[in-house]
Amino acid sequence: MTDETETLTRTAPDSGAQVTLPVHTDLLRLATAGSVDDGKSTLVGRLLHDTKSVLADQLDAVHRASADRGMSTPDLSLLVDGLRAEREQGITIDVAYRYFATPKRTFVLADTPGHVQYTRNTVTGASTAQLAVLLVDARKGVLEQTRRHAAVLALLGVPRLVLAVNKIDMVDFDESVYTRISEEFTEHARALGYTDDAVVTIPVSALHGDNVVERSERTPWYSGPALLEHLETVPVAPDPHDAPFRMPVQYVIRPRTADHPDYRGYAGQISAGVVAEGDEVVVLPAGARSRVSKVDTPDGSVARAAAGRSVTVLLEDDLDISRGDILATAETTPRVTDELDATVCWLAEKPLQPGTRVLVKHGARTVQAMLTELSARFDEQELSHVDTPDALQLNEIGRIRLRTAEPLPVDDYADDKRTGSFLLIDPSEGTTLGAGLVGTPLGPLASAVAQ
Amino acid sequence: MTIDTPTDRLAELSGEAALSEIPPQADNLDALESEAIHIFREVAGEFDRPVILFSGGKDSTVLVHLALKAFRPAPVPFPLLHVDTGHNFDEVLQFRDDLVARHNLRLVVARVQDYIDDGRLTERPDGTRNPLQTTPLLDAIGDNRFDAVFGGGRRDEERARAKERIFSLRNAFGQWDPRRQRPELWNLYNGKHRAGEHMRVFPLSNWTELDVWRYIQREKIELSHLYYAHRREVYSRDGMWLTAGPWGGPAEGEPVEEKIVRYRTIGDGSCTGAVESEAYTVDDVIAEVAASRLTERGATRADDRMSEAAMEDRKREGYF
Ligand SMILES: Nc1nc2c(ncn2[C@@H]2O[C@H](COP(=O)(O)OP(=O)(O)O)[C@@H](O)[C@H]2O)c(=O)[nH]1
Repeated sequence: MTDETETLTRTAPDSGAQVTLPVHTDLLRLATAGSVDDGKSTLVGRLLHDTKSVLADQLDAVHRASADRGMSTPDLSLLVDGLRAEREQGITIDVAYRYFATPKRTFVLADTPGHVQYTRNTVTGASTAQLAVLLVDARKGVLEQTRRHAAVLALLGVPRLVLAVNKIDMVDFDESVYTRISEEFTEHARALGYTDDAVVTIPVSALHGDNVVERSERTPWYSGPALLEHLETVPVAPDPHDAPFRMPVQYVIRPRTADHPDYRGYAGQISAGVVAEGDEVVVLPAGARSRVSKVDTPDGSVARAAAGRSVTVLLEDDLDISRGDILATAETTPRVTDELDATVCWLAEKPLQPGTRVLVKHGARTVQAMLTELSARFDEQELSHVDTPDALQLNEIGRIRLRTAEPLPVDDYADDKRTGSFLLIDPSEGTTLGAGLVGTPLGPLASAVAQ
Repeated sequence: MTIDTPTDRLAELSGEAALSEIPPQADNLDALESEAIHIFREVAGEFDRPVILFSGGKDSTVLVHLALKAFRPAPVPFPLLHVDTGHNFDEVLQFRDDLVARHNLRLVVARVQDYIDDGRLTERPDGTRNPLQTTPLLDAIGDNRFDAVFGGGRRDEERARAKERIFSLRNAFGQWDPRRQRPELWNLYNGKHRAGEHMRVFPLSNWTELDVWRYIQREKIELSHLYYAHRREVYSRDGMWLTAGPWGGPAEGEPVEEKIVRYRTIGDGSCTGAVESEAYTVDDVIAEVAASRLTERGATRADDRMSEAAMEDRKREGYF
């Protein structure tokens, strides 16, 4: 990060207040995870509160509600309590999205509640996260649930982890408690394939604010950054630019107007790599080749565009291309197959059973498929192989084989998250049954399968 | 447009050596724009009869702008739907018609007044028509067989929205059931729905109010002038500045004053209040929003202030 983020100071016309605005900021997508009562709502509430992302009327509501419940200080966790049914039950059951910003960065936070439905929620939050904040209660240390969460985050390929050792005030800011938890967690993360610089542990008190936004004087033995400071400065790997180019075609743009009688462009969001005018590309699954004649964006054409950008690609040759096809660099192409070996996170009430017919949504294509084999279920703690089950239940993770009615161009999830992921959909109900990851994305899983 | 960002900044971001000449998406607005365009194109590819719910407000104006960008140089492959409460500001209707004409769009209008005239709906004692929009909206969706309805809703607007999906499934009665919503993974959206059901789609889910205004500034999007400071005759009620119109005017003891005001949201004139403001330009508005102590809804919408769960109730009813 540059030290000085470019900013602009203005005077608010109504209040006369001086406001500092970033000229532009980058975006960090993060997820939070933790067990019930570890203090996650309080921590998220405090991040929102201390970054001034909570406005007066919302804060008033929290003050009122806290007073109604007989509390003397406002309960910041109420800022993030969601739907009425959940408020009544006093638990959060679904991923909620929060937004906050500092002059350095804009944050999209997927708040994933940690109770029985944890896999469903964590997988959802982790699928788009560039970083995850895991919470533990300093009095309890690393629990089974913590290990499970970390394993799921590793499986989904979340590049960076933060362990917030919360309620440090309740262990009298004791360094040795923190060190023990920190070491145990770092070791577990290492076993899951994380390098040490990808994992940061921070002692915090969500309730009192220690090391959340400001470094605390009560943890003089801790020399690392406060949580927000870390979130603001941690390098964000942008979408993979150095990966081979991939783009699922979402829509074919053919205006057929007087101004554009022959325009034929393939619209999509680049999922990996870079595409440039003149590049040789392959259209999959058919395999036809052509060259890029133009890369259009909504603001005009560009010489090249990179992962994450929504563009329209024009080709030199007139090919038969439609929604669902994938454009890829001719140098390294995805493999085209109708037999998929994959890891699946099962998200539905009704169990997965071999022989089930499903729909597979991969990129912009939906095809019929048959679940031909369920070869393993994984232990949720270490994600090691446990058995060859008859079925996979809600929130379980296992290994499957699928036969698709039409061939799909895929990459391993470990190499490319977009062309390596898919949804399993119930053909009659339309519900999303599971999250699929091509191949065996996690090292320990691969060795378990080999056993 | 090429994004002019130094490559060493990208290197710092990615923690790698400088990658030459690759324009990164350093600005969060680029990422949000690409995400919204992706969503528009998914819907165009998966649904037969999408429509954009258009209120004349800033969020739906931004939606139209993004839809135009998503399909350029082809026209937007679906129409706009406006639920006209009959309590609209004239300026907003004029703005709507100009926008439709300028971009050659198709417009479908569902009128609350028609329902009141023939007795299908009755005027509420408080004169507010926002809650009456649900029936005409659902009828218009049914009559036109719309299967995907784009809305400008954002998750930062209200707590009950924080768990809303980008693709939000509605049953045949337009109702939203939190337990039937699907997990949304990666950027893979599941558009499957049964006959009679439809999908509400929210491309601006991940935008904040400030993002919307910064985008309006960057893209030079023209909005209804009501969003900017102007002189207006207003009267005070429930701590808001209301303006007289076809929906009624000041009661006894509510003196009319001339003020410099602007609107932060645009809706039913009977219950949408103006705020005192001298924000004449988009730059001024951005500074004001950044310094504001109130959410846009908290500031100006009487019906949202009725109860904490007001939004959630109306969402269940199919209004949002
Ligand atoms: N002493 C102390 N209490 C905390 C801290 N963080 C949270 N709590 C309390 O722990 C309880 C559970 O917190 P909550 O945020 O609701 O947990 P969640 O279930 O993980 O969202 C509440 O009573 C909080 O006030 C902390 O850092 N220190």
